[in-house]
Order: sequence, then C-alpha cells, then structure tokens
Amino acid sequence: MIAFSISRFGSGPIGKFRRATAATCASIALALGTAGLSTQVNAQELTLALSTPITSLDPHFHNLSPNNALARHFFQALISTDEFQNMIPALAESWRSIDPTTWEIKIRKGVKFHDGSPFTADDVVATYKRAPNVPNSPASFALFVRAISETKVVDSHTIIFKTAKPHPLLLRELGAVMILPKAIAETAKTEDFNSGKAVIGTGPFKYADYKSGDRVLMTRNDGYWGPKPAWAKVQQRMITNSAARVAALLAGDVQLIENVPTADAEKLRTDNNLRLGDVVSNRLIYLHMDTGREKNSPFIRTKDGKPMEANPLRDVRVRKAISMALNRDAIVDRVMEKLAVPAGQLLPEQFFGTSKRLKPEKFDPEGAKKLLAEAGYPNGFQITLHAPNNRYVNDEKIAQAVAQFLTRIGIDTKLETMPSAIFFTRGTKLEFSFLLAGWASETGDTSSPLRALLGTFDPAQGMGSANRGRFSDPGLDAMVTTAITQVDDTKRGMLLAAASEKAVSLLGLIPVHYEVSVWGMRKNVTYKARADQYTLAQEVRVSK
Amino acid sequence: MFVYIVRRLLQTCLVLAVTSLLVFGGLFVVGDPVEVLVSPDADAIEKDRSRAAMGLDKPLYAQYGIFVSKAVTGDLGKSFVFGRPALEVIIERMPATLELALVAMIISIVVGIPLGLYAGLKPDSLPAKAIMAISIVGFSLPTFWVGLLLIMLFAVQLGWLPASGRGPVTEFLGIHLSIWHWDGLKHALLPALNLALFKLSLIIRLTRAQVRENILLDYIKFARAKGLPRSRVLGVHLLKNILIPLVTVIGLELGSVIAFAIVTESVFAWPGMGKLVIDSIFQLDRPVVVAYLMITVLMFIVINLCIDILYSILDPRVRLDGNKI
Repeated sequence: MIAFSISRFGSGPIGKFRRATAATCASIALALGTAGLSTQVNAQELTLALSTPITSLDPHFHNLSPNNALARHFFQALISTDEFQNMIPALAESWRSIDPTTWEIKIRKGVKFHDGSPFTADDVVATYKRAPNVPNSPASFALFVRAISETKVVDSHTIIFKTAKPHPLLLRELGAVMILPKAIAETAKTEDFNSGKAVIGTGPFKYADYKSGDRVLMTRNDGYWGPKPAWAKVQQRMITNSAARVAALLAGDVQLIENVPTADAEKLRTDNNLRLGDVVSNRLIYLHMDTGREKNSPFIRTKDGKPMEANPLRDVRVRKAISMALNRDAIVDRVMEKLAVPAGQLLPEQFFGTSKRLKPEKFDPEGAKKLLAEAGYPNGFQITLHAPNNRYVNDEKIAQAVAQFLTRIGIDTKLETMPSAIFFTRGTKLEFSFLLAGWASETGDTSSPLRALLGTFDPAQGMGSANRGRFSDPGLDAMVTTAITQVDDTKRGMLLAAASEKAVSLLGLIPVHYEVSVWGMRKNVTYKARADQYTLAQEVRVSK
Repeated sequence: MFVYIVRRLLQTCLVLAVTSLLVFGGLFVVGDPVEVLVSPDADAIEKDRSRAAMGLDKPLYAQYGIFVSKAVTGDLGKSFVFGRPALEVIIERMPATLELALVAMIISIVVGIPLGLYAGLKPDSLPAKAIMAISIVGFSLPTFWVGLLLIMLFAVQLGWLPASGRGPVTEFLGIHLSIWHWDGLKHALLPALNLALFKLSLIIRLTRAQVRENILLDYIKFARAKGLPRSRVLGVHLLKNILIPLVTVIGLELGSVIAFAIVTESVFAWPGMGKLVIDSIFQLDRPVVVAYLMITVLMFIVINLCIDILYSILDPRVRLDGNKI
C-alpha cells in the first residue's frame, strides 16, 4: 500500500500527465471550436486565475514570486517597478545619495493604511525590523535589508539609511519589502495574516477572504492615494493545471489567466473572444558547463566510452563550438512555438546593464566542428546533459534539442532529466558536468546573473551562489565588484554592460533563449504584460 | 470481537511507524528542501538560516527522533511551505475532498447498482448490452481526458456548468460544505461525475457478475418456488447476498477516491488534499507528505475494519474472532 502510493505520486508520470493534458486541451479546443460562448461579466468585478498556489498572506514569510505578486495588491514598498523592472516611486516620494554609503529617502505624505492610521517613517523602521525575523520562514527577506548598517529617522517623513559599503542596489532591494503599520509589524504573527486580521497595508486593495490553495478575494481600497483600480471586487483563483486554466478562460469563468501554455497560445490567439499579451521576461535559459574540475569531470567520456582524464570544457574553443552548434532560431520556433527570444547575453536588451553589441551566436555547425578539431577533439567526445523536467517552459524538450545539435557536431550527448527538486539538489552538489537551467534576475539588471552564475564561488562575498559550473575568472570578478559598488546609475550601467560583454566572450555559460511570459484574457479586459511575471489586478483595465 | 479490534489497532501503529520511516528516508534521498524553497538569489547565510528554521541542520536520525517524540503527542510538525501545523493544513482541505468523494460514490452507487441489476437480469437485451459497452468505455478512458472533455462540453460549449473550482461554502447542521448550496452543487457535479465514472463502471460490472452467478443458485429457485413476489426475491434475497462483495469493493474504492482524487482535483482546480500533496511532494514539504500518508494509511485501516464489521452483520457466518484472524 505504501509503495503503491509513493509510486503513484511519483513526479515523472505527473509531469507527463501535465504535458499531455495541455496538448489534449489544445486539440479538444480545436475540435470543438469555441464559438457560441456566452459570457456575463459584471463591469466592476474581475476574476483571474493564477498558475501557482500562494503559500501565505504574510508579505515577509516566504520570498516566492506568487506570494510577492499577491502582496503587491494589499501592501506597498518604498519603491515599485514598471513592466521592465525600472524603479518608480511608491511610498518613497524621492531619494538621493548623500555620499556613496548614505541614502536619504523622502516618504510620501498623506498616505493612510487600510485601518485609517497615517503612514510615517516609524512604520518603515518597524517593518525592516520584522522582515528578517519571521519565525519558520523557509525563504526570508533578510537579504534585502542586510545591507543597512544604520537607520536614522530625521522627521516623520524623512529617513536616512547608511550602508557599510557603497551599495547602489539598496533601493531595489528595499522595493521587495512590503511596509506594514508599526503596531502590526511589532506584534503580528504569520497566522494573523493568513486569517486576514493583519492584512493592513497601503495598497490599492483590501483583504476580503482567503481560502488556502483555492482563492483570494479583495475589494477596492477607496482611500488609496494613487490611481484607483477599475475593479470594486477582485477574485484571484489558483488553477495550477494549465489545461484547466485555459478551459476556465474559454468558458468565461475567469477574465484573465497567467502562464498560457505554449501549446495553446496559437489557438487562443486566433479566438475572436480572446486576446494574448506577451512580453519577453527576465528569465534566461542557459547551459552551464563544468569548468571548475581540471580533470575527471563525472559525465565526460571519450568517444568510445572510456573515462576521460582531461576536461575539454575548460577550453574556451570547445565552449564556443557548443554555442555555435545550437540553432537557437529552431528551438524558439519549433520547441517554444515562438514564445521565446534567442539569447546573446544574460538579459534581454531592454533591461539595465545589458550591452547593445551582443547578439545571439550564429548557427554554424561546420565552424563548430573546425573549432573542436583545433582544440584537439576532431572526433568529439561523450557527455551527459542534465536538465529539470518540471521547472521551465518546455525544459525537457529544449534539452532534447540541445543534445541533438551537439551530437551533430560530434559531441555525443546523452540526456538525463529529473524533477527540479532532485535536479537542483544534485546540481548544487556539483554532480553534473553539463546542465541546462534558467535564471530570472530579480533585481532586473545584469548584476544578479553576473554575481550568482559567473562569479568565482565565494559564499562570504555572496558570489557564485548558483555557479554550478564553478566558472572563475578573476578579471571578470573585479569588473563586477567595481560595477556593483558604483552609485552613479549611468556609469554602473556601462560597467555592467562591459562585464556582460566579457562574460559572454569567456562563455562561462551559454545563453540559449529568454522566456516570453504570456497572459490570456477575454476581449473586455486588457493587461500590460510584465517582465517580472507578476499578475497585478490594479494594472488590469476595462477595454471598451 | 474486542480482541480482534485491539489487535488491529496494534498493527495500525506498526504500519504508521513504518510509513513515516519510509517517507522520511525517501524524501531525504530525493533532495534538499532548501534548494527548492529558498530563492536562487539567496546567499549562503540565508540558506543556512532557512535550513535551521526548518530543523534540517540536524542529522536525519535526530530529525526523525524529534518527529517521533512529537508525533506521539499528536503534533506532526510544521509545514515547511506554509509554516503552519501540517495536520491543520491537511484537515483544512479535507472537507473539499470528502464531499467530492461522497457525491462521486453516491452517483456510482445510485446509478451503478440498478444498471448492474438490470444488465444481470436481462443479459441479452439491447439496453443491457449498451450498458456493458458504456461501462467498458468508462473503465478504459483516462480520467484527465474525460475531465477535459466534460469541461469542454458542459462548461465551454454549452455553458451550463462552471469549468472549475469549488462553490461557496455554507453551513448546514454544523457542517461546512459547498454542496448544501445549489451553486456549490453545480461546481461539484462535473468533477464528481468525472471521479465517479470509473467506480460506476466497476460497480455495474461487479453487480452484473454477481447477479448472473446468484440467480442460478438454489436459494433463489426455492424462494421463487415458494411463490414469493419477484420484487421480494430480488430486493431482499438476491440483493442481500450480492451486497457482500460489493461492500468490500465500494469501501476500498471510497478510500481510493479520497486518497487518490489527485488527477480530478487538478483538472478541476478543486482545492482538496490531492492537489495539496502533489504540490507538497514537488516542494519536498516533508511534514505535509508524512502527515498525509499517515492519515491515508489510517483511513484505509479504519475503512477495512468497518467493512469487516459490516460483513459480520450482512453474513452471520462470518465471525470476528480474535483467535482466528
């Protein structure tokens, strides 16, 4: 009975099931057509479907995208971001750096919390005290306030933050921490938020109801200081199965869904009652190679299957050959159904700290073979590519395509895929030689991938935290360190762009593509797609 | 009977201990929850803090020791993901699953037994053949596919029923369920039908086979020879005898409907336990997975016990004797 239940819950079949359902739904939708729909929509009510369950209403309990997106309805931080993650003022009206380690922040006047109490500097201080110390938090917000070494409240609407080192990312980081009223920040427990009692913020919506794993209800905050949302009532439902989400949209049960599966996007696009909104996201899909081990990388063999002492991946020519062997356009076109953009660097060009000069590597299998021969591997070698099968859009299929492209230039590539829980545990233990993964830059600039994926592994400095290939280049490290302490935005952007160029030329990782996030909506609403993949009801507009 | 029940309860404790040990070991081998739960941006300090907060910094045997010492007092630990007691998280989702299972079982029994009786009594008639053909289809079609087809037909095409989700919960006799309300019932109908289809087919086929077998036996012939009315022969004599195997199967199926409604729950976005446990496994939320499996094991054991007791009521020859079983 026990063995039975475990095998029945095994992730492999479920993953397959999920893909199968998406495909089936698409074919059924096609077969039945979607004509003759009746939708009754109340102009003041919005129902939308989220793709991932929310785990808590406490804005400081679990640093997780769906939780963070939901929190942005009830609460606000000092700064907010637009759809390309550029900073815009929120509860902070303005800010300036007095010197490289001192920031002065003027906070907005006349803002009230949902309970009517006025918002002042004391609320900010109390919030930053609570955020890093929420009991049992699986992923806390400590890292966003850690840089602050000293806080000074100048008057009720001016605060000065000091950092130990120059830290230009401070404001971005503070943008992740939602502000609570002082009284709640000092006393409320996570349970109080889940019961709705403590969900008191300054955001555009007020709490109405929450059913764990099912839905969240909210009503418009008529005392909101900013532009009022178009909806008096919003219902956010959690529909994790993508086929069910599409069906709910087709049936008119919901007006907006996030994460439209690639297989269904084309069908929805041609439906007269619906429209899609898409935008290139901040998530890069990339290949990471073991450049750390000098010899005996675990999954590299000679062409005839014998253990191989030398590690060919340490040779930049071999990495270049791998990059040239990939037909990114074909992956985007066939595997991703055009819902991706070929990548030539760490983030799409619209983002901060990217270089206009970097373009995706051209597909050139002949050139790749020549480079391999030059590097001393005219016959190639054997390698195993590891990839997750339930983490990124079509991750397993992308990995299959990559394996085929590489086999074509003589690198015989085997593929092993697994659920992400296993994949990341093994990857972090450096058990792989060659892996496919994705990285979403939460800060919205290239400093995050440059430090986490390509920085020389050094936990004390916060470098290389996800560097599963152990790539290391002291020259690049120096460029990144200089860039992230540069307070001037223009200069920092240029330094980060230069670092990106160097990183791409060294091929510490091979960019494949950027995911495109897709929202599906009924014709009577519009939503401007966001690169951070948040679904925000206050941004949903009524369309005439 | 008393000895029998006590012995069964002792066995239960053993099974529960083994289950928890297996899940602990299994999930430990699978992966590290910190890798899944902590944002990839986080540095080593944050990862260590998270590991300590979840009690994962101790060796596995120590973690299991802590779990057992708390479990005997009824505390199955706090969910890593929700930060709330695992048992509470599961029990909160239980009514949704139970009501779905209940509606599904009612549909399959109320529809299945009469259809099965008919098919067994008139095996050569056209309707009987149609019933059997449909039951084969119900048996063999994959649940998720039927589910999507139901949604496409009744929700998208005809617009009669909602595509997914659970209706508003209302209270009746102190029990909070969504099916007390017409709107809630409308939400429950499609998923329940989807869930019921397999059980329905099973019950039809089982009932028919039982009827075909029993109808030829001497006691039926004798009852008819005595001149009893047909309704009494079928309704009392026949039905009572074919119920014994049916009760076993229905009982076990009820268990599996509750425990494994995962596919239906995810296709219909029904906020029940099945969806919870799948998410928990992907996130390596060990306390929830352990608690869920313990509840499931307990439920199967209790259902089996109830079936055994029901047996002895339906068939006086069966005795629950502590010495024999």
